[in-house]
Amino acid sequence: MHITLNIWRQKDRNSQGGLVTYELSDVTPDMSLLEALDLLNLGLVRTGVDAIAFDNDCREGICGTCCLQINGRPHGPLKGVAACQIYMRSFEDNATIIIEPFRAKAFPIVKDLVIDRSAFDRIIQAGGFISVKTGGAPDGNTLPISKHTLETAFDAAACIGCGACVAACKNASAMLFVAAKVAHLGRLPQGQPERKQRALGMVAQMDSEGFGACSNTYACQYECPKQISVDNIAFLNSEILRAKIF
Amino acid sequence: MELDSRIPEGPLEKKWDSSRFNMKLVNPANRLKYHIIVVGTGLAGSAAAASLAELGYNVTSLCYHESPRRAHSIAAQGGINAPKNYANDGDSIYRLFYDTIKGGDYRSREANVYRLAQVSGSIIDQCVAQGVPFAREYGGLLETRSFGGTQVSRTFFARGQTGQQLLLGAYQSLSRQIGLGAVKFLGRREMLDLVVIDGQARGIVVRNLINGNLESIAGDAVILATGGYSNVFFLSTNARQCNASAIWRAYKRGAFFANPCFTQIHPTCIPVSSEHQSKLTLMSESLRNDGRIWVPKAVGDKRDPNQIPENERDYYLERLYPSFGNLVPRDVASRRAKEMCDKGYGVGATSMAVYLDFRDNIKRHGKPWVAEKYANLFEMYQEITGENAYEAPMRIYPAAHYTMGGLWIDYNMMSTIPGLFVLGEANFSDHGANRLGASALMQGLADGYFIIPYTLSDYLASNKIKAVANSHSAFKDSEQSIASMIKKLLSISGNRAVEEFHKELGDIMCQHCGMARNAEGLKKALELIPALRERFWSSVRIPGSSEDFNQELEKAQQVADFLELGQLIVEDALQREESCGSHFREEFETEDGEAKRDDDRFSHVAAWEFQGHGKSPMLHKEHLSFEYAKPSQRSYK
Repeated sequence: MHITLNIWRQKDRNSQGGLVTYELSDVTPDMSLLEALDLLNLGLVRTGVDAIAFDNDCREGICGTCCLQINGRPHGPLKGVAACQIYMRSFEDNATIIIEPFRAKAFPIVKDLVIDRSAFDRIIQAGGFISVKTGGAPDGNTLPISKHTLETAFDAAACIGCGACVAACKNASAMLFVAAKVAHLGRLPQGQPERKQRALGMVAQMDSEGFGACSNTYACQYECPKQISVDNIAFLNSEILRAKIF
Repeated sequence: MELDSRIPEGPLEKKWDSSRFNMKLVNPANRLKYHIIVVGTGLAGSAAAASLAELGYNVTSLCYHESPRRAHSIAAQGGINAPKNYANDGDSIYRLFYDTIKGGDYRSREANVYRLAQVSGSIIDQCVAQGVPFAREYGGLLETRSFGGTQVSRTFFARGQTGQQLLLGAYQSLSRQIGLGAVKFLGRREMLDLVVIDGQARGIVVRNLINGNLESIAGDAVILATGGYSNVFFLSTNARQCNASAIWRAYKRGAFFANPCFTQIHPTCIPVSSEHQSKLTLMSESLRNDGRIWVPKAVGDKRDPNQIPENERDYYLERLYPSFGNLVPRDVASRRAKEMCDKGYGVGATSMAVYLDFRDNIKRHGKPWVAEKYANLFEMYQEITGENAYEAPMRIYPAAHYTMGGLWIDYNMMSTIPGLFVLGEANFSDHGANRLGASALMQGLADGYFIIPYTLSDYLASNKIKAVANSHSAFKDSEQSIASMIKKLLSISGNRAVEEFHKELGDIMCQHCGMARNAEGLKKALELIPALRERFWSSVRIPGSSEDFNQELEKAQQVADFLELGQLIVEDALQREESCGSHFREEFETEDGEAKRDDDRFSHVAAWEFQGHGKSPMLHKEHLSFEYAKPSQRSYK
């Protein structure tokens, strides 16, 4: 296969960036898109050109490190996968592929396709946990949890923290990310004592990081590589309401 | 130097209790005066940093990722062991201890393994309290499943993403401490040196990956929880950034490296499909519970697997090991798969794969039953291969996955450098020559949550630790030597990329020091690796500068270290003239083709001491004695 790549290049946070066109031959359908970028970089490096910086690690869709906007969509054309799980067989021969970083005010660009998502960490630090110290936990079986409750909480806990929801949202809202954690912990019996502080603390931090508001377009759910449901946002909203009234 | 493992006296089941009582404590009011540096934020690192901060220590946690949650523990799929005996099937602490010692082919320390089995139950409780969604029965109680190398059901799991959920639990605990100001977290920092002052580990030097600055961090103790070194094979199931630089540089500062040749090849991975393959993907070992492994009985049978009738299939693991069948330990399953492929029975386009077939269980229980247990793995398989494993068997082949070897530590998790502690996969201690499934998560969390808080306080309270600032000349010297190494790398300006050297090293390691090894091949590797290293240092090309975000420069340093570590692995494999667990020397096998140990000569830990560049490392031996689990020929028949 032959492909044309239009890739966002930007020296650092404060420089002006732009799309640069690269032609790449010798692409095979069973290569992953990131392996195609590896191949492109190999050619650049051998000739002394700065390699295209892109974050990636596990390459199996679980670490949440990769964050590419591919042809305008977070993680590219397929539903329910991360960018590292896109294979070249998803593209036509001679296709043009545009690759940019996830864009949001709260995710400043570090270099090329690499962004800074530490805002997500600060949101978790503001309440995305259950306050238990090491030691002293009761036997795991003292707290029966129904399969339904468990599975619903797990669907939210599956979030990989990649930021696709933010990149997909026209408001760059982080509501789905926050809601997923609030719902994971808030639906479980262990998470009950801190429900109020958790929802309020995380939402306040989200707002202060510069993420936008939610206007219910559902784009986040559509683009989420783990298909986290917007039902969790409804849960979050009810948690906030509850916290403010009671 | 004599290796002192500091194993406590007394009967096995009392050792941990008695040593905990004998360990000195640090007064709560004094803990904040101690600055503890924790490198790595996987299960062991996050658990340690959070637990120590909860106790009141002043903790700095750092990793090369942007966020602690990206650590590679996140990718572990199958589960975590604990002998809760919820299944009422005869499990006990002693049985988990025994299975782990036997699974490790009698090359681990009894006292450490027993302690691991003892604390593992508390890990499950701790994680449940954190909100980890372990699988539950309909009645609401915790569900378990069985795993390779055991006959009881003791593996707790969270769908096929147990590592993710456990890591998020530890990450959330760590985040809470960061939010409280008890832990200072530094992201995108790569540790490039350990600083030893007056014989004690007193800090590290890291490179800030965003701006290239070298930063010196002084502390009262250093904890390395930086994972394993499977990426020395280039293609492995490890994440792309996993590397050995932190432990390797500690080795060069005097920490002994133990059993480097004990590297595990995982039997159930998706086979290599292209020459540009950048990593291999593991399919959880739990699949072996309900999938049956087979190859065609005829060499070179290229028929569609569904067209091959039952009597023309060789379910070779069930045939060779009737009592354990498809659940034999990883080393055995891997080696047998390689053997079948080497003999020409391999399947798929490359003939380097065997089938893992769910047909019988789909027939018996229906597709939803299989999907409930393994849906995400089947989806993953389809994404990567484009094939539907509900309709045709999966193709699998072994891949480098885990390293049992690592920095030598004593019973208190301390390396040969006082004040340097090593946790999780980065140390060597608990898995001997082969790790059983679902034991890595157990060990990482045991080390971080339940062992280091005790042993670290004992070190701090029993040693005089003078005040040291990062302006000390030892830090400046270290920064200078790192800067000059970086300068040298950038100045070579050759014509080959770092990755090409890494691939070549991986080929050498896989071919000569992989699933099966022999003296001739190992000696060949000892010629090839130094030659490759020389070419690396004369013809690598790294564009960009050192004062910038430069991923090629990061990789170059990692590969420079792998090129040295690879040689140590081969030297270790060559001197260990026996087969044990994952270390299979073709010269030493039983008539049935199993690993043949030599307990008279090799019932020891091989710990290597760095002697300087260009000099052979010095071998030290820690004798292993087995008072409880008497060594026998491992049999899974």
